[in-house]
Order: sequence, then structure tokens, then C-alpha cells
Amino acid sequence: MDLLNALVALTNFVVIPAAAYGAQLALGALGVTLIYGILRFSNFAHGDTMAFGTMATILTTWGLQAAGIGLGPLPTALLALPVGILATSALLLATDRMVYRFYRAQKAAPVILVIVSMGVMFVYNGLTRFFIGVDDRTFSDGERFIVSARDFRDWSGLDEALAIKTSQLITLVTAVVVVAALFWFLNRTRTGKSMRAFSDNEDLALLSGISPERVVTVTWLLVAALATVAGTLYGLDKSFKPFTYFQLLLPIFAAAIVGGLGSPLGAIVGGFIIAFSEVAVTYPLRKIIGYLVPESLEPGGLVQLLATEYKFAVSFVILIVVLIFRPTGLFRGKSV
Amino acid sequence: MTNALRLPLATAFLVALFIGTGYVQSWNTALQLLNMGLVSAIMALGVNLQWGFAGLFNVGVMGFVALGGLAAVLVSVEPVPAAWQAGGPRAMIAMIAGALTITGAIVTYRRSPKRWRLWAMLAVLLVGFVLYRWLFSPARDAIEAIDPASTGFLGGLGLPILVAWPVGGLLAAGAAWLIGKTALGLRSDYLAIATLGIAEIIIAVLKNEEWLSRGVKDVYGLPRPVPNEIDLQQDPGFVAQAAEWGLDPVTASTLWVKLAYTGLIAVVLVLLLLLAQLALNSPWGRMMRAIRDNETAAEAMGKNVTRRHLQVFILGSAICGIAGAMMTTLDGQLTPGTYQPLRYTFLIWVMVIVGGSGNNYGAVVGGVLIWWLWIQVDPMGRALMGFLASGLPEGSALALHVEDAAQYMRLFTMGVILLVVLRFSPRGLIPER
Repeated sequence: MDLLNALVALTNFVVIPAAAYGAQLALGALGVTLIYGILRFSNFAHGDTMAFGTMATILTTWGLQAAGIGLGPLPTALLALPVGILATSALLLATDRMVYRFYRAQKAAPVILVIVSMGVMFVYNGLTRFFIGVDDRTFSDGERFIVSARDFRDWSGLDEALAIKTSQLITLVTAVVVVAALFWFLNRTRTGKSMRAFSDNEDLALLSGISPERVVTVTWLLVAALATVAGTLYGLDKSFKPFTYFQLLLPIFAAAIVGGLGSPLGAIVGGFIIAFSEVAVTYPLRKIIGYLVPESLEPGGLVQLLATEYKFAVSFVILIVVLIFRPTGLFRGKSV
Repeated sequence: MTNALRLPLATAFLVALFIGTGYVQSWNTALQLLNMGLVSAIMALGVNLQWGFAGLFNVGVMGFVALGGLAAVLVSVEPVPAAWQAGGPRAMIAMIAGALTITGAIVTYRRSPKRWRLWAMLAVLLVGFVLYRWLFSPARDAIEAIDPASTGFLGGLGLPILVAWPVGGLLAAGAAWLIGKTALGLRSDYLAIATLGIAEIIIAVLKNEEWLSRGVKDVYGLPRPVPNEIDLQQDPGFVAQAAEWGLDPVTASTLWVKLAYTGLIAVVLVLLLLLAQLALNSPWGRMMRAIRDNETAAEAMGKNVTRRHLQVFILGSAICGIAGAMMTTLDGQLTPGTYQPLRYTFLIWVMVIVGGSGNNYGAVVGGVLIWWLWIQVDPMGRALMGFLASGLPEGSALALHVEDAAQYMRLFTMGVILLVVLRFSPRGLIPER
């Protein structure tokens, strides 16, 4: 019984939240890694792209809610998501047209593009705050829990409860659907194959008649969709605050680099590695250990390895360890 | 236009800008702007050393600046004897144990046979971590329990605050050494991500380690290197002097104090600028630029690229640390909650790029100019938004929103300035040559 209790507590407080967070990070890291693979620079504006997409989704959600349109038990934001993606696509394509294309034509060094993306970051930052301000916003509606703590306790008779939030399940399902669609697109369609070819060897791809501008456009569209979905899921699960999205940049980059920049599979694995370590290290394990060891050995403290405020340190340490021991990442990305 | 012409023109423009601010707004505002502008110029000098000289991409400026601020507290605040008695020695021993653990782990990893060195290192880390927590947690709780409303931390050394300026540089240099050792020699973007991370961690430490920096409870009332306004106003000699200038004592004392700060900052700025100029034109500076322009060629000439990068990275970060200590001195308080990457990292980058990367004078001009804009865009944006909102019905939700949104104009403006300069004048206002 105690073992079961410990397992339930572990699932409830570590596994489920970390899986949802990992899926969100993975979607974010996929965007970063796609830009890196095709456009060959680290996009510092990615966190703010996510914030912009989420903001567009939230504004649409409010509109739908005011009009009384909803999805019943599911959050209205899912209905608003396509609008958010469209708005973000328009923004990213306009940015590419006005800003990035010039440097691409010049064949500017990657680091210049990174600095350019810093400027873009400022602009997106201003835009997002301009429309929605800096405050915390919650926009999830519908049913809050799929399995509530009380139902689970009644059903199982255990001391520990298991609660699954709707947003967590939606995150996982959406992430699976999006990732499956992305991999199908990259591996099976003509455009997807040309994108991979472009990423592997630009000259050879150009030689075989692949249009670079088309590849770039499709990339931005994919990135817009990924960033908006990732941002909206994160916002549904936690809450929306522009500055938090900027701070997500670090775990997202850590995930992409740990997996290997330019490798989509790596981005997903990296996202889950970062998320699980972050949650496991900052969660007080006392309760779980309490079930597993005899009372006399029960630890006095919280057995929290690291205060929650230091969660950035976790992604950072993982990042440094990977950089030292395997700079190309787990899945052999492009970078050395 | 050559630099011989651009530099005097830019300087004249800046002088006109500040004199104009003095006349239109007030001399107090102008001096306040100038002081922080000069401090920003020092930060820009540091970043220019890294980016302009060596092409290193450091986006952790905020962290180094914050370390400088921490130095100001640790050096100048009076020690808290009760806190030291409660847990000072134990906390210090814990720190030493922590440092020994990390060194021990590295030594173990290097010395052990390859087969189990990873496990040996992990074992050392685990034992060290448990020991550290056992030593540290009671000490921290004891220190933080001492009069938490007014102290609750160990305090500093009680030395003059000017000592903190070089100490801030040293602290930042130490952090830069740690980070440079791991991330230099890899791709340039990796250094960027690593510095981004270390900056966030430093801020998290300042916010949460209350025994060290009082965290978000802030440390205020730091000692000042210049006289107090109140004292000046009560000094008959000063009042008489002020009357001679035709100023009332209150205005005269605020201006006098700000001018004293300006003098102090200007001395440091001129000194650092001189050193940076000498370095730029020395064989060392030529080597740095050679490495920046072609790493492979420089390496073939026998230059140790990674070591030189480490050197310049440490120097640049130290300058940011000095500037951070100066900024905290100027504010008279350490408020870890206010450190934001946009303001302390990315804005400094805008200064360097707009001023002209690779040119020290350019960095200084960019620093002062962009700081002026950063502050002044706010009222300008408000005026613009107020004008836009005036066409809307009075008090309507949209009008209120538009007026409220004015404060975010500055982010947008800075981004646009950076993008426009990068596109149309990538070498900046005062190019390298």
C-alpha cells in the first residue's frame, strides 16, 4: 500500500507535471531547432514569438467568450488557436521579408543574425506588451480536472490522490498530434524532404532546383504554428505573462542543444530531459521517501535538492555538462 | 565622413542634447541622466571589448552588473555582529566545503582511471552536497532569523564604498573565468546561451539568498562617497556659496551632489577609455582583431585563440562589474528585483551596436545617447499616445488602453533603432576606422 501511495504521489507531483512541461518545451525547442537547421542561426526572439502567438490566441479567446462560443468541457483557447497561428505566421513572414531576407541575401555571419534577432525580440516584446500589458493572465475555461483528487481517492481508497488537469492532457495529446504531423511532413511530403535536403547541404539542394525562398517561407509557417501551440499550451497549463515567456528561452535552448541543434528528434528528447530534471530536482521528495522508508529513517527536512527559484540552474547545469562532454548534443546535431 | 570629423560632431551633439534637457526639463534631470548615461557608457566599453575587439557574444551583462552591485553591499555595509555570531563561521565553512567539493570532483575526474571516473566524480559530488547542506541550512536559518525586518543578513565589511568598485570588477572577473573556461572554444551561440543562463542564475541567487544580500527585501541606505544633501543645506559655508551663485540651498545641494558623482564616474570612464584605447592600438589589440577577423589564420600563426578569448572575456566582464558597483553606489541601494535582461543586457548591446562596435569612443557615445533615448522615449511616447487618444472619446476603454500602452513604446523603439542601424549603418555612428 505504501509503495502504491509513493507511486501515486510521484506520478501526481512529478511525472504528470513534468510530462506536460516537457511537451511544451519540446514544441518550443522544435521551433528553435528548425530555424537553426534551415536559417542557421539561434533565434533569440523565439520566446517572444511564443508570447505573441499566445497573446493573439488569448485576445481571440476573449472575443469568442464574449460572443458565447465555447467548446464545452474543453478550453475555448483551442478554438482560437488557428487565429493565433495565422496572426503569428503573418508577423513572422513580415519580419522575414523586412528584416531577415536582407541578411540572407548578403550571406551574413550567423552571429550577426543572432544580433538581428535581438532587435526583433525587442520589437515583439513591445508589441505584445502594447496589446496585452505585462500582467499575469489566465484564460483557461471549461472543465478544470479530468480526474479530480477526491474522485481518485474515493475510487482507489489510497491516502494519496491523483489529479489530472484538463490542460495537462490536452498538452500531451496536442503535442503528440503536432509532432506526428511535423514528422510526417518532414519525412513524407515533397516540401518536407526539400527542407531536410536544404538543411543537410544547402549547395546541393540549390543545385537540384529547390527554391530557397519557398523552404524559408514554409519554415517560418511551421515555426509560427509550433511557437503558438507551445505558448498557448504553456499558458493554459500555468498562466500567461510576457516576461515568463522570455525566460523560457533558456530551457528551450538548453533542450535544443542537449538534443543536438538541428535535430527535431533531439529537440523532443531534450525537452523531456530538461523538464523531468527540473521538476524532480525542485520538488520536495519528503512525502515520497516517507512512504518508502520506515518511520525512524524518515528525513527531517523537505529533501528538496534545490529551491524552485533555481530551476534555471538545472537547465543550465545540464547544458554545461552536455557542452563539455558532447558538444554536438545527444543526437549529433550540426554544431561543433 | 572620417572619424576625425564624426567624433567631435557626435560629442557636440550629445553636449547640446544635455544642455537642451537642462533648459527644457531641469538641470537636476539632465545631470541624473548624464550620470547613469556615463555608467552605461562604461558597461558599453566592457561589451565593446568583448564584441568589438574579439567578436565574443556575451548576453550575460546583467549578471556581471548585478555582481558588481553585490560587491557594493558586501564591501560597504556595516557588518551585523549578531548574525555573524549566530551562523557566520558555519556559513563560511559551508562555503569552503562547497568549493572543495567542486574542486575535489574535478580532481577525482582527472585522476581516476577512465572506467569508473564518472561514478567517482558523482560520488564525491553527492557526499559533498549532503555535507554542504548539513553545514549550511542551520547557519542560513540562524542568520536570517536575526532581526529579519531590518537586517537578517551578514552585512558587509564596513569599508568605504569606493573600494567596492574594483572589488565588483574582481567578482565579475571570477564569474567570467568560470563561464569562459567551459563555454569558450565552442560555437559563438553557445557562449551566448551559457552567459544568458549564468546571468539568470546570478539574479536568482541575489533574490533568494537572503543571508547574503537580503534578497527581494533590498539593501538600502548604502554609504555614499559624496556628501549628503541635508548636511550641505545645514552647512553655513555652502549656503553662503549657493547664495552667491544665485541658487536656493536645496537646488544647489542636489546639483552639487550630482556633479560630484559625475566627477567620480567621469574619472573612472576616462581612465578605462584610456586603457581600452591603449590596448586597442597595442600589439595585443592588433592580435585580438586578427583573431576576430580570421581565427584559423591567427591560430596558424601560433596564437592560442581560446586563451586570448578567455582573457578578453574576463577583462570585459570585469569592466561590467565595475560599472555595476558604480550604478549601485549611485542608486544608494541594491534591489535584486529590478534587474531585467532587456534593460541590463540587451540595451547595452544596442548601445554598442549603435555607437559603433570596435570603436571605444563609439561605445561611449552610444552608451550616453541610447541611455538618453531610453529615458526620454517614455515621456515622448506618452505625449504621442495622449495625442492619439485625444481623438477617441474621453475615458473610453480604448483611449485608456492606448494611454496605458505608452510605457511599452521604449522597447519597441529600441528594437527598431537596433534593426535600422544594423541594416543601414552596420558599422555604427563612429565606425571602427
